[in-house]
Amino acid sequence: MSKQECCTVGHFKHKLVILILAICLALSVIWSLTIGLSKIPPGIIAKMLVSRIIALHNNWPLYYETIIINVRLPRVLLGALVGAVLGIAGCGMQGLFRNPMASPYVVGIASSSAFGASLVIILGLGSMWIGPSAFLFSVSCAFLVYYLAKVRGTVPVGTLLLAGIAVSIFFSALVSFTQYMAGERELRQIVFWLMGGLWESSWNKVAAALPLAICGSAGLMCFGRDLNILLTGEEQAKNLGVDVENVRRMVLVLSSLVTAAAVAACGIIGFVGLIIPNAMRLLVGPDHRLLMPASLLGGAIFLVWADTLARTVIAPSELPVGIITAIVGVPFFLVLLRSRKKQIGL
Amino acid sequence: MILKVEKIDFAYDSDTVLEDVTFEAVQGEILGIIGPNGSGKTTPLRCLNKVLKPRGGVILLDDKDLASARQKEIAKLMGVVPQNSIHKFAFSVLDTVMMGRFPHLGRFDKESTGDFDIAQESLRLCGVEHLSSKLVNELSGGEFQKVIIARALAQQPRVLLLDEPTLHLDIHHQLDLLELLKALARREKLIVIMVSHDINLAVRYSSRVLVLKEGRIYKAGKPQDVLTQATLKEVYKIDIEIITSKTTGMFNIIPVAKAGA
Repeated sequence: MSKQECCTVGHFKHKLVILILAICLALSVIWSLTIGLSKIPPGIIAKMLVSRIIALHNNWPLYYETIIINVRLPRVLLGALVGAVLGIAGCGMQGLFRNPMASPYVVGIASSSAFGASLVIILGLGSMWIGPSAFLFSVSCAFLVYYLAKVRGTVPVGTLLLAGIAVSIFFSALVSFTQYMAGERELRQIVFWLMGGLWESSWNKVAAALPLAICGSAGLMCFGRDLNILLTGEEQAKNLGVDVENVRRMVLVLSSLVTAAAVAACGIIGFVGLIIPNAMRLLVGPDHRLLMPASLLGGAIFLVWADTLARTVIAPSELPVGIITAIVGVPFFLVLLRSRKKQIGL
Repeated sequence: MILKVEKIDFAYDSDTVLEDVTFEAVQGEILGIIGPNGSGKTTPLRCLNKVLKPRGGVILLDDKDLASARQKEIAKLMGVVPQNSIHKFAFSVLDTVMMGRFPHLGRFDKESTGDFDIAQESLRLCGVEHLSSKLVNELSGGEFQKVIIARALAQQPRVLLLDEPTLHLDIHHQLDLLELLKALARREKLIVIMVSHDINLAVRYSSRVLVLKEGRIYKAGKPQDVLTQATLKEVYKIDIEIITSKTTGMFNIIPVAKAGA
C-alpha cells in the first residue's frame, strides 16, 4: 500500500464514521421531537426548524410550535448536550488515567455537586441556585483533588484516583447528612436531583451549558494526539516530547468543567460517561483523534433516546433518565462486549 | 556532530545513582554502556533527554547547552527506544511511527504529506515498510522493536538512545537489530548510545564502551582494551575466559565462575 493510499484511507474512515454519527444524531433529534402526547410528523418539525432561519409559509397549528419550540426542543437539545459532554469527558478521563473504568466523576464531581445542590435545597435558597451551586462545588472539588494529589510538581495518576475517591466519600457523607437533616419535601427534592433528569429543561439551561460544552469539548479534542502517545507510557510520552504534566492538567480541567456544566443542568446522570467511550472504543479503536468526537456524538445520540424513553414509557408521568440509561444501556453494552470477543483493555 | 556529557550527577532524594559521569560520543559510532544490575547504566540515557533532571553537570550537543531546552526541543534531537514499550493497543504501524512526528507538530497542526513521507522513510530504513498497515498488537517482538526504532527515527534525531534493545529477541533478531543500528549510525550519521546486558554483542558492535560500577565510570575505551579479565572480575565479580572467534575475529567472553568460587 502506498503512503498516500494509507494516509487517505485512514483519513477517509475517520471522516466517514464522524459523518454517519452526525447524521444519526440529527435524525435522532428530529425523531424524538415527534414523540410525545401529541404526535407531530417529522416533516412539519423539519419545516418548522428551517422556518426559524428562512421564512417559510407555515400551515401548522400554533400550539405545535409552542410544544416543539418551547417544550420539546430545549429538552432534546439539553439531553444531546449533556450526553455529548459526558461522552467526551469520560473519554478524556479514561485516556488520562489509562483505565477503562474511569468516568467523568472520578475526581469527585458527582458527590461534590450533589452536596452543592442539597445544601441549596435544605437551606431553602430557591431552586434557581441549585445549578450554580452544584457547578461551583464540583469545579472547586476537582481543583482540590488535583492539588491534593500533587507531589513535587507531578500528579501521579494513582494518587489522583485515590484522592478523588477519598474526597468523593467525604462529600457523599455530607450529602447523607443533609438528607438526614432534611424535611419530607426537601428529602424528596434531593433524591430526585441525585437521580438526574431532564424534566426541568429550559432554553436558559441550554444557554448556560452551551458555551462551556463547546469550548471544553473543542479544547479536549486538541489533545487527541497527546493522549494517544500517553497510552504507550508516561516516560515514552516524555521521550517523544509530550509535556505530560500540562496535558494531564488541561484534560482534567476541561473534562471537569464540561462535566460540572452537565451536572449543574440536570443532576447526576451515570453510565453515559463510563460506557459510551468504551462502546465507541470497541467500535472505532483506541485512536483518541477519532474516539473523542465519536464519544461526543455517541453520548448525545444515546441520551436523546434514553430521555425519549424516560418521558414516554409511563406517560403522562415520566421516569428519571438515569434509570433508563442503565436498564437499556447495560444490556446493549454487554451484547457489544461479548460480540467483539476482545479484551477491553484501554 | 559530537555529544559531550560533563560531570553529570543524579540522585533520587539522597540516594546517589550517578556520580561525576563524563563522556563523549561522535556521529557514526555506537557507544555501548554496560555494567551490572544497579550500576545505574540506564540513568545516563534518561538524564541525556531530560526525563530525569541531573543535579549537576552539562550536556552539550555540538557545543549547544541543552540545559534550557524544552522537552519538545530535546525530542527533535534525541530519539529513545525504551526497554519495554507497550504494544497492546490497536494502533496501526504507520500511526505508531507518526507519533514520532509529535515534536515537529504544533498543537493545531495537521500531519502533512511531508510527515507521512518521513514516517514511511523511517519504516523503510528499518526494513519494515511492508508492515505499515498492520496493527502493532499483532506484531512479533522483533518486528515491534524495529517499529519503535522507526518511530524514534521519525523524530529525525541526531542522537539515538537505546535501552537494552535486544532484551526479548532471539539470537537471529539480536544480530539483525544490531546490524541495523550499525548501518543507521553510519548512513544516517547518528550518535547511537546503547545500554546492554549482553557484553558479547556490545563488544562486537560498539566502537567504544563505558563500564559503569556503582554510578561511576569504571573504565571507558575500545572494547578490547576495556573488557579485560581484571575489569570484569572487579565489576561483575566473575572469572571469565576470553576466546577469539575465527569467523568474526571478535573476542568473546565466557563467564566461568563467580569470582573466588
